[in-house]
Amino acid sequence: MREFFHRKLERKTISLVVAIVAVASIGGFVEIAPLFTIHKTVEEVPDMRTYTPLELAGRDIYIREGCYACHSQMIRTLRDEVERYGPYSLAVESKYDHPMLWGSKRTGPDLARLGDKYSDAWHVAHLINPRDVVPQSVMPKYGWLQRNELDFSKLGLNLAAQRSVGVPYTQEMIDNASKDAYGQATPDTDAASGVSERYGEATNVRVFDGDPARVTEMDALVAYLQILGRLTDAAYKQSASADAPTPVGE
Amino acid sequence: MPQRADAAALSYRDCVSAKIKCLRYYRQQKKRVSRDRVSLLFMGDNDMISQLTSTERQYALVILVLMSLCGLVMAAGGRGDPLGVHGFVVLAFSVGLAFVLISGFYAPQPDPEQQTQYYDDPTKVGIALTMAWAVFGMFFGVWVASLLAWPDLTFDQAWSSFGRMRPVHTTGVIFGFGGNALIATSFHVLQRTSRARLSDQLSPWFVLFGFNLFCVLAVSGYFMGITQSKEYAEPEWYADIWLVIVWIVYFAIYLRTLARRKEPHIYVANWYYMAFILVVAVLHIVNNLAVPISFGSAKSYSLFSGVQDAMTQWWYGHNAVAFFLTAGFLGMMYYYLPKHAGRPIYSYRLSIISFWGITFFYMWAGSHHLHYTALPQWVQTLGMSFSAMLLVPSWASAGNALATLNGAWHKVRDDATLRFMMVAAVFYGIATFEGSFMAMRPVNALSHYTDWTVGHVHAGTLGWNSMIVFGAFYALVPWLWKRESMYSPKLVEVHFWLALAGAVVYVFAMWNSGIIQGLMWRTYTENGVLAYSFLDSVEAMHPYYIARAFGGLLFLTGTIICSYNIWMTVRAGKALATDNDAEGDIPVFARNAVQAGE
Repeated sequence: MREFFHRKLERKTISLVVAIVAVASIGGFVEIAPLFTIHKTVEEVPDMRTYTPLELAGRDIYIREGCYACHSQMIRTLRDEVERYGPYSLAVESKYDHPMLWGSKRTGPDLARLGDKYSDAWHVAHLINPRDVVPQSVMPKYGWLQRNELDFSKLGLNLAAQRSVGVPYTQEMIDNASKDAYGQATPDTDAASGVSERYGEATNVRVFDGDPARVTEMDALVAYLQILGRLTDAAYKQSASADAPTPVGE
Repeated sequence: MPQRADAAALSYRDCVSAKIKCLRYYRQQKKRVSRDRVSLLFMGDNDMISQLTSTERQYALVILVLMSLCGLVMAAGGRGDPLGVHGFVVLAFSVGLAFVLISGFYAPQPDPEQQTQYYDDPTKVGIALTMAWAVFGMFFGVWVASLLAWPDLTFDQAWSSFGRMRPVHTTGVIFGFGGNALIATSFHVLQRTSRARLSDQLSPWFVLFGFNLFCVLAVSGYFMGITQSKEYAEPEWYADIWLVIVWIVYFAIYLRTLARRKEPHIYVANWYYMAFILVVAVLHIVNNLAVPISFGSAKSYSLFSGVQDAMTQWWYGHNAVAFFLTAGFLGMMYYYLPKHAGRPIYSYRLSIISFWGITFFYMWAGSHHLHYTALPQWVQTLGMSFSAMLLVPSWASAGNALATLNGAWHKVRDDATLRFMMVAAVFYGIATFEGSFMAMRPVNALSHYTDWTVGHVHAGTLGWNSMIVFGAFYALVPWLWKRESMYSPKLVEVHFWLALAGAVVYVFAMWNSGIIQGLMWRTYTENGVLAYSFLDSVEAMHPYYIARAFGGLLFLTGTIICSYNIWMTVRAGKALATDNDAEGDIPVFARNAVQAGE
């Protein structure tokens, strides 16, 4: 009787190793590689903008504090989600998100369309003590954000690294990163004018944390929260147009 | 007749039947037992350093000096950045180990006779580290669980907020507890099933301590806010690079020891351990591709963005479950369960089917984490389909394990150690069924983003991973330290019921909260508007969050009891009487040599 082929395979270490790697590689390759080559994967929209240095700093704070562990930024194509949070998320909306923050758990609500939903003052009060404004909340307090001044020293490096992974920051943006971050949170200084010049008139330039004297981590985080879902209008336009795919019912 | 015999069955039979009398060996063993009893602290033990040859001691010193230099460079280059703090951590770690090494540097050369025995010192230290991380990781688990019921238990400190401590818990238990258990048991299983001693004495230590350095960097980083935000891949670029180096050495140990094996066939457990090492390397490298903002900063940005990044992350995330928490632990199960039950694996063919099924199907399943998202539909559908197919190899493994117990069920009733392993196999079956079920799009629409996912994960980690580790350790500790039994079989029994009760309370609490949450989010009133605000669902979770923290506390208590029991077994356990099958527990060629000499 011929020997069962597997009994030969399991006598040869290298064959076994090669077989394991080959068999395990197929799935990931078939599912991931086409996402980079099929153009339909990410919608093309002309108005998609990048984060300003202050917003990017806020995003890095969002990552540092692990906000993604309890808040998703991905509205699914389900009726109740669209009615609760707004138009479902498009791939293009996280096109410049290195890394993405889609999240996996909603201990708190989805934040994909948080921008402009609440005032800056509400956010500041909520972050300092969530239970002051939402008594039932189980969110931690983030008082130190208001106490810590924002570190401007590495913002140029941040933008440069973002550019090297594909985000279209210009050299001018990189050179002025610290100044623009400062300017975006201090509208009455000279630094403020450059922000709208480089990032568009629609950019929020204001005192986010209620304290014009200092630029804090709170300024950065609130600036980031207020831009969530506002980098492009594509999702709103798509949900308004008649031939948009209807979200799946519950 | 299909050949059912495999290495474990063989080596078991050998252990039972081969009664080898070698007085010299006995004497040595006795001496070692008494020395072990004195040297309670595993590290800083001259006895362990004296097992290294002088060349190995020199190499170890060179490696530690290089690591210290790396630490210095990081500390200098990362001034004013958390990277600098980590530089000092690396420096302290390496200098500390160097001191231990130097203290035993001029100890006498090891007896060449040691080459005729298995090399178990790294496994022993690995067991101690596993239990330390288990207590640490589960303590933080109970803490973060309590934060969701009582959010102000943070003392208004940044390091103790939920977002920073949650990865401390996940990394502590998955990598600290699970990873150390895998490394410790893999060294033991590899030698027994190959009937060969590890290839050298230095590289196992490098892997063990190197891996623990990685865990320390990871966890201390989260407290300071260093994270990539990728779930279960949070450590930053320098820690990731370090893990790759450690992993290459780990794999080299496997290859080199297998090359010395005296058993023609590579045993099933080793297929799984190898798949674990190989595929985790691939996943780790691809998912952690990132660009640091400078070499003087801990911060980096991932190479991929948006939808591609999400797919890569969950390809990694799901297969970290597959190859870290499943394949590696199946390796553990395939050795310790048949060995402790005294039964050969039920079906050789079933183990082949399940091995290749798991290796192939799992890698497609990651996209089920992204149902109804901006990920293209075709990828979601592939993920769902393969998740359904995955049930076949998963249940083949669980069934194979349970059928192996046929003829030994009376032992399951009487012996809590075997019961741990049996319950692990049952939970493995439950969790994999649940996983395939939750991967179906309509089910996922309800379960995703809710506590149901958390409950599912813990059915796997508490019910399967932890239970199989506890079972394996309760079998392994008396073997390794040559004890008649665990210090207190009664405490093993207590631990079993605490762990089972804790896991069941936890999982039921999360099933309830998850399904309630999911239903509340999608319930409409008669007028066609959403019935509940998000906050209503938060309020509804409160009792379940308390129950969950309580379940976790029960489980943690069991783990502490287990650590105590292991500690006391090493310290005060009754030494094995000489005439026992343990003397067969030496590499096969050594055994022949001994016989030839008689």
